[in-house]
Amino acid sequence: MAPTNERKIVFGYGYRRSADQDSALPVRRPVVVVGAGPVGLAAAIDLGQRGVPVVLIDDADRIGEGSRGICWSKRTLEICDRLGVGEKLVAQGVTWKLGKVFLGDELVFSFDLLPEDGHKMPAFINLQQYYLEKALVDRVAEIEAIDLRWKNKLTGVEPHNDHVRLTVETPDGPYQLDADWLVAADGARSSTRDLLGLTFSGVTFEDKFLIADIKMAADFPTERRFWFDPSFHAGQSALMHRQPDNVWRIDLQLGPDADIVEEQKPERVTARLKKMLGERDFSLEWISIYRFNCRRLERFVHGRVVFVGDAAHQVSPFGARGANSGIQDAENLAWKLAAVIKGEAGPSLIDSYERERVQAADENIAHSTRSTDFIAPHTPAERQLRNAVLALAPQAEFARRMINSGRLSVATVYDTPLSTPDESAFAGSARLGAPVPDAPVRGRDGRQGHLLEHIGGEFTLVYVKDGGAPQAAEGVRLLCVGEDVVDAGGAIAERFDATPGAAYLLRPDQHLCARWRVYDRAKVEAARNRALGA
Amino acid sequence: MGKLVTATQFADPDAAYRALVEARRGLSLEAAAALDTRLALILANHIGDLDVLREAIALAKAGKPLASP
Repeated sequence: MAPTNERKIVFGYGYRRSADQDSALPVRRPVVVVGAGPVGLAAAIDLGQRGVPVVLIDDADRIGEGSRGICWSKRTLEICDRLGVGEKLVAQGVTWKLGKVFLGDELVFSFDLLPEDGHKMPAFINLQQYYLEKALVDRVAEIEAIDLRWKNKLTGVEPHNDHVRLTVETPDGPYQLDADWLVAADGARSSTRDLLGLTFSGVTFEDKFLIADIKMAADFPTERRFWFDPSFHAGQSALMHRQPDNVWRIDLQLGPDADIVEEQKPERVTARLKKMLGERDFSLEWISIYRFNCRRLERFVHGRVVFVGDAAHQVSPFGARGANSGIQDAENLAWKLAAVIKGEAGPSLIDSYERERVQAADENIAHSTRSTDFIAPHTPAERQLRNAVLALAPQAEFARRMINSGRLSVATVYDTPLSTPDESAFAGSARLGAPVPDAPVRGRDGRQGHLLEHIGGEFTLVYVKDGGAPQAAEGVRLLCVGEDVVDAGGAIAERFDATPGAAYLLRPDQHLCARWRVYDRAKVEAARNRALGA
Repeated sequence: MGKLVTATQFADPDAAYRALVEARRGLSLEAAAALDTRLALILANHIGDLDVLREAIALAKAGKPLASP
């Protein structure tokens, strides 16, 4: 549903005519990305950093409208760091790790998201989506390979065997463009999806939720607070979460029968919030009423059209799995598309994008559906079960563990043919098919930093020094622990179960795809080829 | 100190909840209550320990009802 109030902060951009619009024949481009939201921007930057020319089109000319994600997970921040904006986001955002769940007005339990020590990025930050988009748009401007075209609306998609012909509407009229690959990052109401006649399968939840961002000077702690049946909003749930600039996200469940028009009236919203906040001064930044979907496209890859983010899958916001998983889609796709375009891999590598990210989408949909089932039971009989869990929670730990106000986004561990199965056992938190855990390290220059800062966007072999350095494998960068980086605190040893001579092969998206107790160049090359879909 | 275990015994408590909620999906309150009663009998027999059963009954009765169910 569309928001009623426009955001007060928007960043405006101008339409510029492209030379492609004057060409007699459609100009052919390796990649066109549709949609300059977080996911499309991340995909474009990742491709651009890999030297792939990208045309990024968006039908709007500004940032800051519509419903917005505010919670950015550690993995998303690690990706953003590789894309050049991670530190900026963390500096701007509100870092949090504590969540509290209340039953009525009493605290039932709290959780601490603090991961292992020594990760560069926090478990979560809260930051308005428009700030993230602004940071990414600023980064786009630094990358020669990206051509960002505002006020370019996709109105036609014509699939061919080895390309897609696009029709794009602009203030100067329409033009055509050919793309070897089209990345559809055009959101929940994807035009690309509609133009191809594709539909979702999944569940729509009937309950309506009011989302209000308010500005308020308050000294509430920086934590996620969730209430079941609070006295200020009887019979329903409520969520409160801090953002920068003294903005607070408040989410109130309204039930299935709420009147959408009535409930969005500022006086009505203000009255509801006053019950929650008392006589504190606040102003409304933005109001919206939502119903949630948990659903996805059956397939994410349709010939030369690849769907990412909300265009491919949708979840409820409980768990922050929407935008975070979209950015992880973009990261998964970018290196594969770059490898295919550069001729390092065949087009079938893109099938692994579908396999891996469908697995992630199903995981996210399952978690999000369970959370939504718990927060908004479908029937009185389901509510009865939910309330029984809540009623037992103060006395019984098992019931507290069943309380589900959102299970927060973590990276998926890919069960993928791109991974080479382990030959020997490894302990530690590093897992095959998952992003490698970060760790504090000291660089060659003596600077204290983190492992992931030393791992860029290419295949990297993390080798634990055991005498001399090994002969590098083809197409694989070598990072020698004990030379290039020093594992001063022993975190790499522990998290990777690293013994002298052990070797870990990381994909360009920092996911572990193979590991050995003893380095063998031929095995490393075979594992790299396998990870490239060979 | 009783014998009743109230710490979670499920590796994935969300999946256990999911199984229970799906069992009553589409049922009326009466039908769900009948299902619960049969479940209680089945699980009570499976436990097969009268002391545990009595403790469980006491805990269930002590469960704090919501202010607005």
